[in-house]
Amino acid sequence: MRLRTTVPAAVTVLALATGCGAADMTKQASPFANAHGSKTVTLSVQSWVGAQSNVAVAQYILEHKLGYRVDTVQVDEVPAWDALSQGRVDALLEDWGHPDQEKRYVTDKKTIARGGDLGVTGHIGWFVPTYLAKEHPDITDWRNLNKYASLFRTAESGGKGQLMDGSPSYVTNDKALVKNLKLDYQVVFAGSEAAQITQMKQFAKEKKPFLTYWYAPQWLFKKVPMTEVKLPPYKEGCDADPAKVACSYPHTPLQKYLNADFAKSGGKAAAFLKRFRWTTEDQNEVSLMIAEQKLDPQEAARKWVDGHPDVWKKWLS
Amino acid sequence: MATLTVPASKAGAPRVLKSRAAGKLLLLALLAAVLAPWAAGHWPGATWPHALTVHLDKPLAAASDWVMDNRDSHPLFLYFFGYVSNAVIWAVRVVYLTLLAAGWAGVTAFAALLAWRVAGVRLAAGTATAFLACGALGMWVPTMQTLALMVVAVLASVAVGALLGLGAGLSDRLDRALRPVLDTMQVLPAFAYLLPVVLVFGIGVPAAVLATVVYAAPPMARLTALGLRRADPEVLEAVESLGATRRQRLLTARIPLARKELLLGLNQTIMMALSMAVIASVIGAGGLGDRVYQALASVDVGAALAAGIPIVLLAVVLDRVTAAAGDGGTRPRTVGWPYALAVTAAVALATRLLGALDWPAGGTLDIAGPVNRAVDWMTAHLYSGVPVVGGTADWAAHFTTWVLDPVRDGLQWLPWWSVLLIVAALAWLIGTWRTALTAVLAMAAIGVLGVWEPTLDTLSQVLAAVAVTLVLGFATGIAAARSDRVDRALRPVLDVFQTMPQFVYLIPVVALFGVGRAPAVAAAVVYALPAVVRITAQGLRQVDQAALESARSLGATGRQQLWQVQLPLARRSLLLAVNQGVVLVLAVVIIGGLVGGGALGYDVAFGLAQGDLATGLVAGAAIVCLGLMLDRVTQPTGRRPGKGA
Repeated sequence: MRLRTTVPAAVTVLALATGCGAADMTKQASPFANAHGSKTVTLSVQSWVGAQSNVAVAQYILEHKLGYRVDTVQVDEVPAWDALSQGRVDALLEDWGHPDQEKRYVTDKKTIARGGDLGVTGHIGWFVPTYLAKEHPDITDWRNLNKYASLFRTAESGGKGQLMDGSPSYVTNDKALVKNLKLDYQVVFAGSEAAQITQMKQFAKEKKPFLTYWYAPQWLFKKVPMTEVKLPPYKEGCDADPAKVACSYPHTPLQKYLNADFAKSGGKAAAFLKRFRWTTEDQNEVSLMIAEQKLDPQEAARKWVDGHPDVWKKWLS
Repeated sequence: MATLTVPASKAGAPRVLKSRAAGKLLLLALLAAVLAPWAAGHWPGATWPHALTVHLDKPLAAASDWVMDNRDSHPLFLYFFGYVSNAVIWAVRVVYLTLLAAGWAGVTAFAALLAWRVAGVRLAAGTATAFLACGALGMWVPTMQTLALMVVAVLASVAVGALLGLGAGLSDRLDRALRPVLDTMQVLPAFAYLLPVVLVFGIGVPAAVLATVVYAAPPMARLTALGLRRADPEVLEAVESLGATRRQRLLTARIPLARKELLLGLNQTIMMALSMAVIASVIGAGGLGDRVYQALASVDVGAALAAGIPIVLLAVVLDRVTAAAGDGGTRPRTVGWPYALAVTAAVALATRLLGALDWPAGGTLDIAGPVNRAVDWMTAHLYSGVPVVGGTADWAAHFTTWVLDPVRDGLQWLPWWSVLLIVAALAWLIGTWRTALTAVLAMAAIGVLGVWEPTLDTLSQVLAAVAVTLVLGFATGIAAARSDRVDRALRPVLDVFQTMPQFVYLIPVVALFGVGRAPAVAAAVVYALPAVVRITAQGLRQVDQAALESARSLGATGRQQLWQVQLPLARRSLLLAVNQGVVLVLAVVIIGGLVGGGALGYDVAFGLAQGDLATGLVAGAAIVCLGLMLDRVTQPTGRRPGKGA
């Protein structure tokens, strides 16, 4: 109580007005939530299109079938965990595996609850365009990459070959991999996934060689067929020390996470988000509409929902 | 007489300068001769020596973890930051709900009446059009979110700024203490302000509002202090002789006399708050900036533009209306406050009864589709392989290989001590030994933080962008100074460009140049150009007419007048233009990390994206140091008054 007398008067007035001694900033909703007395769900969107598809369909069903109002916020995965634990967002629909965060928030603090599988399995790897793999069949083995380094040289990579990485928010060990596998390559960060896609499309249009960090499921494979370069196989725990990683990336079943309070008292919305589960093909269908046909995400979601009542009806029952 | 003074001052100034400069350089050379071999012997290699770095990653990561673990339990958070955070959320929410309750018609009516009241009927029409355009683009709700955030941030900034300015205006000691801090804050890129608030408050609206307040308060403080100090001494004396007390003097004379500066401060604070509120979308501010950010992440230029246009409209309207309020005073009264409020309430009530509070669903204009088709056409036809001139992507690639790469490699090839030496020499030649010392210490701090290489990368982009900006800016500025027609044609363009938030410039450059360092540089050039053009043109126009006249009477040609009279006499303005150019370019080069600019800007974005605040904070500190160094190196604050010159 002594502490309270020292804080500025305005704050004290507010404290009296809200009628509580301690202000827990970890239990704050967004100021834009629940306007007009409607029930609001805040979903976090990650920057890649697959995540946009999840959110678009979830938002469409929440708004048109369940009568909620949905706010979306662009947050990357790791900050999304923090925001989720504070209740500033209610759900994270596609997580690629963050064991540290999971231990902190789910096991220790219990502010985040698991929301189950998304139904999609993710895999990260290094890819070359298939036209290049046909031309040089042995390029798909990492041991031969140094032989072809000169093919991948660009203005940004200097004298080395260019390994293109995307958004700063993605899970990546590429710098360590290049070093530990002694590859004559330079990792060049495109800065965002969109930037990376633009670049890959330009390369593909001119049938130029490129080597890129990429992941499946991804709609771009339909437009630019790509073949994975085999890295040393993944074994449990081989990526434990980030500086010493010398193996490929794992196959990750993507997970959903909900704010713990929302999971308990979120009513129909929380129940729906827990049951939300679809396949790679479904996700790609929506992603292609958003990214390639440049449909508005809500428009794309409407088309998918109209075409697949058998899938989403199960989520509501 | 006049014919004599011109050549005399022309020959005189450089000689004095030369002798001073030579002395400084000699001293530095001596110092270098002693220190450089020693430094090179101890720590060989071009890059900053490993032994002289301090790794802050571990303690910073520990601090960040501590904050996250204790945010819901430690008294500091429960009893202090928690209240700050709650107060911000509460205030933003109140404003947001009020705006929503007024509905689109109510808000538009109120804004238009407000503009009519303070700025006349033309701006009122402009304001109404701007708000309706925001709605028509389907951006009504994001616009209201940004506006709610802005209202809270601006009120807080004005309160904080006015208090500090009042203190600095009345007390000389406080003024001396505050001035260097405020000066420094004004040259720092907006991006550097984001991380410390995120560390404490986490991603979200409170962090965004507080970063905006910190960024936008300094101009208010500076201008308040300036206004109070500038008050006419004769008026003050008269008031004093009437027997007014200190407080009466302040309230009845000094503050009313400072009205112009106060309103200018308000104008600048609003513009900076808008700029920051948009950038703060990176830390979860929501609103229009978030839409731009989302669209940039998927290279959806059309959608980015749909959110960018309302930002530009808001900026132009806010700037014009507050500026008009600043120089008004003689305008005939138009509408009274009660009348304006009554009309707003009536309109809001009417729309509520009609059930049309939200923007009508069918009343939106889809510009994203057509714009994206245009961009696709551009990338297909202008991007590469255009005969003779090459495509924009080819230009970007050439600029990267022939300009950016050599400059970066050159900087990184230079031994670290020689970089410090160059910084010292430049800063000392233009400024004083104090500025030189600050610049060198700032640069050394970057090395100690262990981010020497990425900083030089950023520096190379800044140098390239500044060079391009100055060539274009001086050329345009000279043209504008010499021809009234060019000046008139340029003025509205410059006005619009100068009010746009930095974030908006990223959209077109991605469409034109793809990603990488070249588009970051291009955005920086476009952002800094208006200020450089304006300062150059003003400086040249203000050159003493007598000197110009005498040169003309001696039969100097137009070119001779320019090179031998106008440019040398406008030296101070030109240096100021360089300084402004450098500061503005740095701000945008840093944001360029979002479009592939790499280096320090990328590190900050990476730190935010991965929750790796240690990396982000170190990069942020390096940005601060780099900004300080660049400002000091180009700062023509000469000797103190009274010491000649």
